Amino acid sequence: MEWVNIIIQGVLIGGLYAMFAAGLALIFGVMRLVNIAHGDLIVLAAYIALMTTDTLGLNPLLAILIVVPIMAAIGYGLQRALLNRTLGDDVLPPLLVTFGLSVIIQNALLEVFTADSRRLRAGAIEVASFPLTEGVWIGVLPLLQFVVAVAVIGALQLLFYRTALGRAFRATSDDQSVAQLMGLDNRHIFGLAMALSLAVIAVAGVFIAVRTNFDPAIGPARLIFGFEAVIIGGLGSMWGTLAGGVILGVSQAIGAQINPGWQLLAGHLAFLIILAVRPEGLFPKVQG
Amino acid sequence: MTASFHVEHATRASRIGTAAFAVAIVLLAAAPAWGGRDDLRLLSEIYAYVALASLWNLLAGYAGLVSVGQQAYVGLGGYVLFASTIEAGVHPLLAVPVAGVVAAVVALPVAGLLFRLRGHYFAIGTWVVAEVFRLIASQISALGGGSGISLPAAIVTEMAPSRQLREFLIYWLALALVVVVLAAIVLLLRSRYGLALTAIRDNELAARSNGVDVTRTKLVVYVLTAFGTAMVGALIFLQKLRISPDTAFSVNDWTAFVIFITVIGGIGRVEGPIIGTVVFFVLRQTLADLGSLYLLMLGAVAIAVMLLAPKGIWGFLAERFGWQLLPLERRLRFAADARTT
Amino acid sequence: MPEPLLDVRALDAFYGDFQALFGVSLRVPPGEVVAVIGANGAGKSTLLKCIAGVIASRRDAILFDGEPIGDAPAHAVVARGIALVPEGRRLFPSLSVEENLLIGGQLGRGGPWSLPRIYELFPALAERRHLPSTSLSGGEQQMVAIGRALMSNPKLLLCDEISLGLAPIVVRQIYARLPSIVAEGSSLVIVEQDIVQALKAANHVYCLQEGRVALAGAAAMLTREAISAAYFGA
Repeated sequence: MEWVNIIIQGVLIGGLYAMFAAGLALIFGVMRLVNIAHGDLIVLAAYIALMTTDTLGLNPLLAILIVVPIMAAIGYGLQRALLNRTLGDDVLPPLLVTFGLSVIIQNALLEVFTADSRRLRAGAIEVASFPLTEGVWIGVLPLLQFVVAVAVIGALQLLFYRTALGRAFRATSDDQSVAQLMGLDNRHIFGLAMALSLAVIAVAGVFIAVRTNFDPAIGPARLIFGFEAVIIGGLGSMWGTLAGGVILGVSQAIGAQINPGWQLLAGHLAFLIILAVRPEGLFPKVQG
Repeated sequence: MTASFHVEHATRASRIGTAAFAVAIVLLAAAPAWGGRDDLRLLSEIYAYVALASLWNLLAGYAGLVSVGQQAYVGLGGYVLFASTIEAGVHPLLAVPVAGVVAAVVALPVAGLLFRLRGHYFAIGTWVVAEVFRLIASQISALGGGSGISLPAAIVTEMAPSRQLREFLIYWLALALVVVVLAAIVLLLRSRYGLALTAIRDNELAARSNGVDVTRTKLVVYVLTAFGTAMVGALIFLQKLRISPDTAFSVNDWTAFVIFITVIGGIGRVEGPIIGTVVFFVLRQTLADLGSLYLLMLGAVAIAVMLLAPKGIWGFLAERFGWQLLPLERRLRFAADARTT
Repeated sequence: MPEPLLDVRALDAFYGDFQALFGVSLRVPPGEVVAVIGANGAGKSTLLKCIAGVIASRRDAILFDGEPIGDAPAHAVVARGIALVPEGRRLFPSLSVEENLLIGGQLGRGGPWSLPRIYELFPALAERRHLPSTSLSGGEQQMVAIGRALMSNPKLLLCDEISLGLAPIVVRQIYARLPSIVAEGSSLVIVEQDIVQALKAANHVYCLQEGRVALAGAAAMLTREAISAAYFGA
């Protein structure tokens, strides 16, 4: 029974990892950019949630309603002011600029908030849990986060495949210059894509803030989890990233159970195995 | 009638540059005579960063492999040094090249995995590898686990009987290492491999269709870079006399600074990392105690350089004035030309 | 003489240091079909790209409905009512046939063209509307490309080598639809290698040779010899 609980915990945190991954995969899909500052932006969202709850006294889970639009606006601005200039054939500029951004965000947060660990309080929901069957318990908060993660990914799928905006994203990703011939302004489309990515990041950031202690330095680890989930799941499939996140979460949970120091290593190991044995991921998009 | 030709590498500017380098090296080798302890330490740090940045530049600027995980090999080099001296009784100075060899061997399977990733994903993959190394290091209790370990006094004295002589030895080794790294890079770039690298840098697809074995060239560069980086890492921690997973595999110290140095100095040119390191240390001396603000500003400057002057300081100067410090050009001189000069 | 819909005045075009067009002038009267012919590399596609805004030009080198649009970016040019059917079709592989058409209408410009009307024009597409666009035959893909451009309800439709790589019978079928397109209110500029089709379909013909206009005139008035000379530069 212990193992069932472990697996369930792994699955539930996998939802969170899938959210990290979804934001990353979205950007790569639309504009072939990998945002190295992705993890640090998640942490930034957590701090914005902190400021919001401190000044407005809101429950953190409600703070999501404020953090999401703020982060979306930041995303749009960031893309149009800075990142659009890095796009092109060369891999180096976007990589180095987002790396520089990562360093800047981390150190800015360090300056403003110091390296102290923070945590957001969401009240009784943090420790509430209910029994699924005999001996198997599910935390309410982790379950809620998982359900929201699935909903977010489902919403992204819907957006991409059933709306005009999604069509615009897919067309721009296929062929930037012909997309312009449809009346689409690339700079604006990319801005919207980044805004969307940061909106997803905002939700993930608030969840992290409630779930664990956070400080300015935990960004890179989140980036790595998101990245590993994308690779395990397979590029080009939103549901694949959910599967990837779950597999990563479960691997980590199993590793932690064997030896607490092996939690992260177990996750990396799962990633490396997939990379060695099936580099295209478990559910890659089949190109038509 | 066939024309005979040879390839000439030097220009007047580079002849001056090479001579200047030679003079500089002699002066620096004599530093123990004219400099104090702090000067030697600072110079050793500068040499380390010039070497690390030059190696990163070779990997990213020439082979197109942008790594944000070279700290994996810096730390690996340090840990192999500590492990081989403590556990296997290897002489500390000999342990430096040993660290290089171990890193080169490790780099082979790592490359096998990482080369399955492209571009941006490759970069993050290198970071994951560094994280894995860090986590493994913190699990090895014989080497201090998570809190790290100091180099035992017995091993320290093995190097040389007096502290002063030890510091001189490490200093000379650091100077020798950076000179060897730079020389190796220049020689590599002048060779056929170098021509292949420049082709890959300019247009990978075209290089491939011209018969360049791109994968093998990249593998060679990756392994050689790991070799060099690990030796620099081993020397850094030999000097520090103490190692821990967080310092050994620090992204800030061994990747952020290195990348910023290379970007600001000029990617894809051998002189770039040298210029960049000089600028970096001048800034550091003048802006000393700003802590995280310093990194922040450095990041902002690097971004600005990347967007406004992507070739860096040296790239800008080289293109504007045609300067060249090191003999790296390729000019064809036909036998017939000899007559007209 | 009525104001031309499109007025290109002494247009120069460059690809880096290479000059592709030298002072090209061209007029499209409203409701008419203009053909641009010439050998490979003569600059025909470049001309269309300049008009469509893909290549930036001098502001007053291109006047549309009296307004200078030479320096307008491509997405703004579409908004004004010029649509390009690009060379080689260039459909979006990630989108189905219907989605390719829908994205053509992204801007929501009003006019006679809508999804049902396009399916009326090209019935073969209606049967294949949900298939991935790249799984269609060459001729069908060309229909999708034209339909996609029409969905933006353009006043001026630019067609870049729509006969390229297609069997003659398919080319004839497609050209047979052009009159309906003109009847609905669009003027056409067609760039063609197939001179016979071009002359049949067009009211006016321009012949480009190495970036310059070598011959211009009403289609009916030009002789074979004159065209040959202009095409090959005798």
